[in-house]
Amino acid sequence: MTQRRDALKWGAVLPTSVALSGWLTQEAHAFEKNAFEAKTWTDALKALGVSAPMDSKELVLNCPDIAENGAVVPIAASCATPGVKKILFFVEKNPSPLVAIFNVSEDILANFSTRTKMSQTSDVMALALMQDGRALMSRKEIKVTLGGCGG
Amino acid sequence: MSDPMRIRAQSSAGQTTVRVLMSHEMETGLRKDAAGKTVPAWHIQDVVASLNGKQVFSAEWGTAVSKNPYLQFIIKGGKAGDKVSVTWKDTKGEQRTDEVTVN
Repeated sequence: MTQRRDALKWGAVLPTSVALSGWLTQEAHAFEKNAFEAKTWTDALKALGVSAPMDSKELVLNCPDIAENGAVVPIAASCATPGVKKILFFVEKNPSPLVAIFNVSEDILANFSTRTKMSQTSDVMALALMQDGRALMSRKEIKVTLGGCGG
Repeated sequence: MSDPMRIRAQSSAGQTTVRVLMSHEMETGLRKDAAGKTVPAWHIQDVVASLNGKQVFSAEWGTAVSKNPYLQFIIKGGKAGDKVSVTWKDTKGEQRTDEVTVN
C-alpha cells in the first residue's frame, strides 16, 4: 500500500521537473523573434521588456557621421561600467530597427564592433542593459548617401 | 558549404581581441532578384565563441547585420597558444565553426 503511494508521488514529481528543466533550457536559448521583427525601435524595446532608456556618457557609441555605403556601416559600442548584461544596436529608420543583441559574460568586456545595413539616413542607437535594471543609451545620426537594404 | 571565417585573436595587456570576418549572404528578405522575385530572408541568427572550450561570447543577429559580417569582441585574459573557436548558426539551420590559435 505504502509502495503504491510512493510510486504515485514520484510519478508526479519526475515528469514535472523534467518538463520544467526543458522549459528553462528553451527560454535561455529562445531567439528574440518578436524584438527582431518589430517595426519600430520602441516596439522592439517593449518586446525585450526594456523601459525608460536614459542617455548616458557611460556607454560610448563609435560610428561615422557619414556612411558612403549604407550596406556596410561600422558601429561599435563600449561601456566600462561594471554590471552590463547586454549591448543592443538599433537603426531607427530601418524596416526592422533591432540589429543585434550582444550578451556580456563575465569573461568578456562590454565592447563590441560590427557592421550594419542602413536603409537611409537615421539615428543609430546603442543600449546597455545593466544588471540593476537600468538601460543606458547613446545615439548618433549617421547620414547615408546610398541606402543598404536592397530596396 | 560556406567559406571559412577569417579569425584573428591577439593577446596583449591581459586581454585577447578577437576579430572575425564571416562569409554569409545575410539576405534581408527585402531584396528582389533580376527576375523581380523577392529573395527570402536568410541570415546568421546565433553566434557563439569559446576560449579553450569554455563559451565566453554569444550574440543574436537580425537581418540588418551586413553581408559577410564583421565582428570584434574582447576576452578578459587569454594568452598566446590558447584556442578561440567561433560558431555561427543561420536561419536555414546551417552552421559553421572555425578555430584559431591566439597569438
